[in-house]
Amino acid sequence: MAKFDAEKIRGDFPILSVTTNGKRLVYLDSAATSQKPIQVIKEIDRYYREYNANIHRGVYKISEEATQAYEDSKRKVASLIGAKGIEEIVYVRNATEAINIVALSWADENIKKGDRILITEMEHHSNIVPWQILSKKKGAVLDYVKIDADTGMLDEESISEQLSKKPKLLSITHASNVLGTINSISEISKEAHDAGATVLVDGAQSVPHMPVKISELGCDFLAFSGHKMLAPTGIGVLYGRSEILEKMPPAFGGGDMIMSVDHQSFTSNDLPWKFEAGTPNIEGGIGLGAAIDYLNGIGMEDIKAHEKSLTRYALKCMEESGIRTFGPKDEKARVGAIPFEIDGVHPHDVATIFDSEGVAIRAGHHCAMPLVVEVLKKPAVSRMSFYIYNTEEDIDKAMEAVSKVKKTFKLS
Amino acid sequence: MSLDIYAEEIISHYEHPHNKGRMDNADAQYHDQNPLCGDDITIYIKVSDGRVSEAKFDGIGCAISVGSASMLTDMLKGKALEDVEKMDAHTVIEMLGIDPGPARLKCATLPLKAAQKAIFVFEKKDAGEAGKRL
Repeated sequence: MAKFDAEKIRGDFPILSVTTNGKRLVYLDSAATSQKPIQVIKEIDRYYREYNANIHRGVYKISEEATQAYEDSKRKVASLIGAKGIEEIVYVRNATEAINIVALSWADENIKKGDRILITEMEHHSNIVPWQILSKKKGAVLDYVKIDADTGMLDEESISEQLSKKPKLLSITHASNVLGTINSISEISKEAHDAGATVLVDGAQSVPHMPVKISELGCDFLAFSGHKMLAPTGIGVLYGRSEILEKMPPAFGGGDMIMSVDHQSFTSNDLPWKFEAGTPNIEGGIGLGAAIDYLNGIGMEDIKAHEKSLTRYALKCMEESGIRTFGPKDEKARVGAIPFEIDGVHPHDVATIFDSEGVAIRAGHHCAMPLVVEVLKKPAVSRMSFYIYNTEEDIDKAMEAVSKVKKTFKLS
Repeated sequence: MSLDIYAEEIISHYEHPHNKGRMDNADAQYHDQNPLCGDDITIYIKVSDGRVSEAKFDGIGCAISVGSASMLTDMLKGKALEDVEKMDAHTVIEMLGIDPGPARLKCATLPLKAAQKAIFVFEKKDAGEAGKRL
């Protein structure tokens, strides 16, 4: 195993050499979106310079090249997560759209009045609101697995209790975008399947940061976004087990998703194209392919280890300076996203002062209001999150910004 | 104008806000939120002869929104309602003595927006029409 070379990696990210507010940019908001390496930027640039054309249509050379590159990127996605093949890889805009397609198609067919849908208290709005909309429309019941606010972990009794109510669907995040908690999906999805539920996993915060294999998750659907894993915005993935995708009606109609159309009816195209109506995000697909090549060049195991090490270091620094953090205390149980608060200072003031030091962090409810407002009982929290290009020096800069916050608000 | 948005005066208003707390006999009140930040504020106003005779606020928020609410409730006293309705983001920036920048302007203007909406409700106008300048 090659040693993880953060300095070499940093050199691949042009944005890391910009200055912000006169300071070197310290980017600690990768859970919101990741930065992009030059290899991804160049591949998108090359597509527009050398082979830009619509796909699945032209019989000329550059269209074939574009089609090939787009489909190759799906092969890379399939191989990354261990899907059977590209028939299980539907390209969408982002994880949010992936979840919405399951709601619009699979759930519209399979959820009836009085059925139960189970989610958890640590979901992002993208895995809450589609189910609220669907439940209202169908007269279904939306249940939540509780979390323990102190440990940031799912309450195991609550899982069993909710599954005993026989939900039709369990839709659950693999890793919390707020708490960083990694859920034991393989066990939970087995229990859920035993209870008769179909299982959707939101992998937006896990797929970019660790090895994630469908065979280990044991899920039926997996949703994730390209932009959190070095690819451009506007490209995401819905993985679906082919037996399930086969039976699902298309969510959107249009070009490319059909085999044939007459005045009154159509027949759907094969998987995965049945779910991709209209000209897709070709540059996004190609960019995602390049991003996966880049990640594989480092190795997902090494990426995971690097982030665990940064998380351990950050938790130690924050504990030493008396800052309250939320989520699991053991870095093994979490991804590199650490929510924190500085007593007496609003998270937005914290983020603004960090920004004045060149340190970019997120503050707010992190699109998870039921978790932040109702469970943690905070109007907002601050969060720093890491990726391959972060170093302990970045965390040291963040701690200097903490000192500035304390000084400004006369806390020490 | 100060470059540092956490000027001494704002921090002081945040730590020791003026006019903070509920007002039970308000003539006008409005509860407003800044969903991005989670700032959550209620402005209370007493009116006499078309002027603000008393103003208070309650709620939670960041230093910018709380500092702004504290200064605004001081400033509103004695002002004619129609003058309050005419105030805009510049009024707030001048009052604060800092320009909070685009990302935080909404925190700064939230209290004025709530005050203008309170006055619209008091005058039986559509509150949705208030705060359009902010």
